[in-house]
Amino acid sequence: METVLLTIVLLPLLAALIAGLGGPWIGRAGAHTVTILGVAASCALSVWVLHGLVWGDLERFDATIYTWAAIGDLTFEIGFLVDRLTAVMMTTVTFVSLMVHIYTIGYMHDDPGYQRFFSYIALFTFAMLMLVMSNNLLQLFFAWEAVGLVSYLLIGFWFTRESAIFANLKAFLVNRVGDLGLLLGIAVLAAGFGTLHYGELFEAVAAAPDQTVNLLGAGEWSLITVACILIFIGCMGKSAQMPLHVWLPDSMEGPTPISALIHAATMVTAGIFLVARLSPVYEYSAVALTVVLVVGALTAFLMGLIGLVQNDIKRVVAYSTLSQLGYMTAALGASAYAAGIYHLFTHAFFKALLFLGAGSVIIALHHEQDMRKMGGLARHMPVTYLTMLLGTLALVGFPAFSGFFSKDAIIESVGYAAGPFASAAYWLLVLSVFVTALYSFRLLFLVFHGDDRVDPHAKAHLHESPWVVTLPLVLLAIPSVIIGWPTVGPMVFGDFFLQDGSMMRGEALSTLAVGYTGVAGFIAHAFVTPPLYLAFLGFVAAWYFYIFRPEQREAVRGPLRPLEVVLERKYGFDWLYIDVFAAGSRAVARGLWKGGDGAVIDDGLVNGTARVVGQVAGAVRQLQTGYLYHYAFAMIVAVLLLVAFFVVRTMMV
Amino acid sequence: MIELSDYLILGALLFSLGVAGVFLNRKNVILLLMCIELILLAVNINLIGFSAYLGDVAGQVFVFFILTVAAAEAAIGLAIVVVLFRSRGDINVAALDAMRG
Amino acid sequence: MEQAVFYLFAAILLFAATMVITVRNPVQAALFLVLAFFNAAVLWVLVGAEFLGIALVVVYVGAVMVLFLFVVMMLDITAAPMREGFARYLPVGILVAVLMVLQLGVVILSDDVALVGGLIPEPAADADNIRAIGTVLYTVYVYPFEIAAVILLVAIVAAITLTLRRRQGTKHQNIEEQLSANKANRLRVLKMEAEPRQGGEGAERQ
Repeated sequence: METVLLTIVLLPLLAALIAGLGGPWIGRAGAHTVTILGVAASCALSVWVLHGLVWGDLERFDATIYTWAAIGDLTFEIGFLVDRLTAVMMTTVTFVSLMVHIYTIGYMHDDPGYQRFFSYIALFTFAMLMLVMSNNLLQLFFAWEAVGLVSYLLIGFWFTRESAIFANLKAFLVNRVGDLGLLLGIAVLAAGFGTLHYGELFEAVAAAPDQTVNLLGAGEWSLITVACILIFIGCMGKSAQMPLHVWLPDSMEGPTPISALIHAATMVTAGIFLVARLSPVYEYSAVALTVVLVVGALTAFLMGLIGLVQNDIKRVVAYSTLSQLGYMTAALGASAYAAGIYHLFTHAFFKALLFLGAGSVIIALHHEQDMRKMGGLARHMPVTYLTMLLGTLALVGFPAFSGFFSKDAIIESVGYAAGPFASAAYWLLVLSVFVTALYSFRLLFLVFHGDDRVDPHAKAHLHESPWVVTLPLVLLAIPSVIIGWPTVGPMVFGDFFLQDGSMMRGEALSTLAVGYTGVAGFIAHAFVTPPLYLAFLGFVAAWYFYIFRPEQREAVRGPLRPLEVVLERKYGFDWLYIDVFAAGSRAVARGLWKGGDGAVIDDGLVNGTARVVGQVAGAVRQLQTGYLYHYAFAMIVAVLLLVAFFVVRTMMV
Repeated sequence: MIELSDYLILGALLFSLGVAGVFLNRKNVILLLMCIELILLAVNINLIGFSAYLGDVAGQVFVFFILTVAAAEAAIGLAIVVVLFRSRGDINVAALDAMRG
Repeated sequence: MEQAVFYLFAAILLFAATMVITVRNPVQAALFLVLAFFNAAVLWVLVGAEFLGIALVVVYVGAVMVLFLFVVMMLDITAAPMREGFARYLPVGILVAVLMVLQLGVVILSDDVALVGGLIPEPAADADNIRAIGTVLYTVYVYPFEIAAVILLVAIVAAITLTLRRRQGTKHQNIEEQLSANKANRLRVLKMEAEPRQGGEGAERQ
């Protein structure tokens, strides 16, 4: 088992090294062959592990592979914890990664950084696997930083573009804020419970859940609440929850496969995964869970709204991702960890599908991303259109599609959740369903239906993408449609995750599970709840304004103009961060540079010392008259004084 | 019998005269050198006095060394005076301010 | 008796020292210094330091002071400008001297030092001062003695180096060059073109 796990992790790393360092020698074909083989093998082994854990005789694996430092009782280890949660994540990560690898062959076909790109995404797969397979918080933190690094590298993949540099710096800096929280949270846990290992940590937390910690002398706080909120700040950074979400839309500067792999399916879900993984700790802090719930619900609703006014096809999908991540977070906040993870699982497929589909459109139009210059593409790109339609249906929660199960489970469990903000969160999520449908079908109609607004020059070359692009679309579309049906029962309502103690299950989900009677019943139940009708309403609204009566848009737009401005400005977060925090920091730094460093240290202390020495020397040099008798005089006077000193001292004694 | 303090007071007076000479003859290098000889003589007298008083011949050995060094100093000092005179045609110390800071 | 001798010669010594610093003429000052040395030598002999007394006379009076006189006379120094500011600095000089005497007097006469009344013992009749010094000098102080010798050597070399000068226009032999000379330095064979006779047939031809 250990060998298998090591192989899963190390194969992508090896492939990344070969493709990255040996790029010039193995060539383009070599680079994609080696990385695809590596990731495919990892994927196959991950499926084998998942299969073995669920249906086979594989035991939950939790062992330390290597201890690299020990400080007192605290040991720093590299180890693997593979239970069902991990296995699901591993399979999702490696599968999406494999699809993206294949897709990249087509998407990056003409790019000079071909080998580099493959090296990065294989490296990312390695880091992400380390993250989900870790059995302690420290290794998780390293992997967490590693995926952040690869994300940084890939957002700035086209590093000659000004906007890409800005975007990757932004992503990096915003993630720093979150990572600091994560690090502090880990430190608080380590200080409070003396271990970084999950299993030991959970036992210690269960044994002493009421520990308190003194925060800056401002009273005693529950240690678990403090640690959970700090760790959640890390998750907010990585999973782009408000208010640390600003980097994710900008990360669309990176190549589209990256948007699909890192910024939709896998890396951004690391925060969700972490909270789920630490669910035995979060369960002890109602305050932290409330924070998680509120943040998630707000993100789901507000980010979805921004998606309505975006014109860049990738940005619409990006805001959709933000919104869906908000759903997952809200599920975590309602203690419905399984529902959150399940949404993560289904979302990975259809969101990757949507991104790759968007990418397919983008290549067909020669890197045109503005939806106002698209339209009527369904005729030219039937495979892309169909797969994207399926992905959209999954996203908006069309009954029996995968997204339907996961999203309805979340909404239902938040509805059953107790807590001060639970009902508000519930209604926000319900409204988000409408918003989701509206922007999703707006995208679909703008791109594939309606008037043809394509640039004539691009239109001449318009054709369906090559098979390396469409194959992943099809392969992703299949699970997007059908994966929900067989899995929702055991994974969300059953004891799939409970059996080996992967995750806790909160009260809300337990209540739901009691009423769960099967997939058909679940679907039937959806017809008596508002979300399904709201989704349909969203579809109708999109159809009305974008297909049936496009001219009506302007009429509605007038009174809603203030709202649109707010949305276009993205609630002013960018303004706050860039013009207030960043510019303010720069102003302070500049002040410190000019005033503190330049004037005080350089001019005052360093040059000032030299200047004072020079001035004193200039004054003292007047004493050096050059006349012998002055020196002699000084010596004699000194002798007088010296003798006087001894005489007086002797007399005093 | 001569008292030790007689020698010491004589040394002190001679030393003070040497010092005063340095003040008075501040312009003439040769006289300055002579005043230094006086000061050294004062020191030697002190040493001889103590040596006799304590019956320790080491003091006289030191006088011997002082004489040696003083002779060397006088020789070099006078050589410098000669060179100085040769180059400037004068030994007025007041004109020597090349070491001015 | 001894005290009388001491006071007499001490008085002469102080007088000579005073003259050294006050006379106008450097030659006179040097001669007064010689007098001072003589008197000091007598005072040393008085307490049994015969060797040093003699050495003072021989070395200082015989060599150093002669050197002083020699330099004073060799250099054409007009005494007048040298005396500038003599009167002006007289009070300061006296003040400093008096202060110093007072301080030293306080030291010597204070009870703490307990020197007053200490008598210098009479040197024994058969005391061999030179042997005593030699015994110590060549054993205990042999290294300082040799260093002193080196210092003297350095002084000689320095004095010569400082004052040595090669006068322009004098003729002298360079023996080294003479000895290293060979044939090439002495004989030079020239090859010259044959020149046409001046003013003869050649001139006509032009």
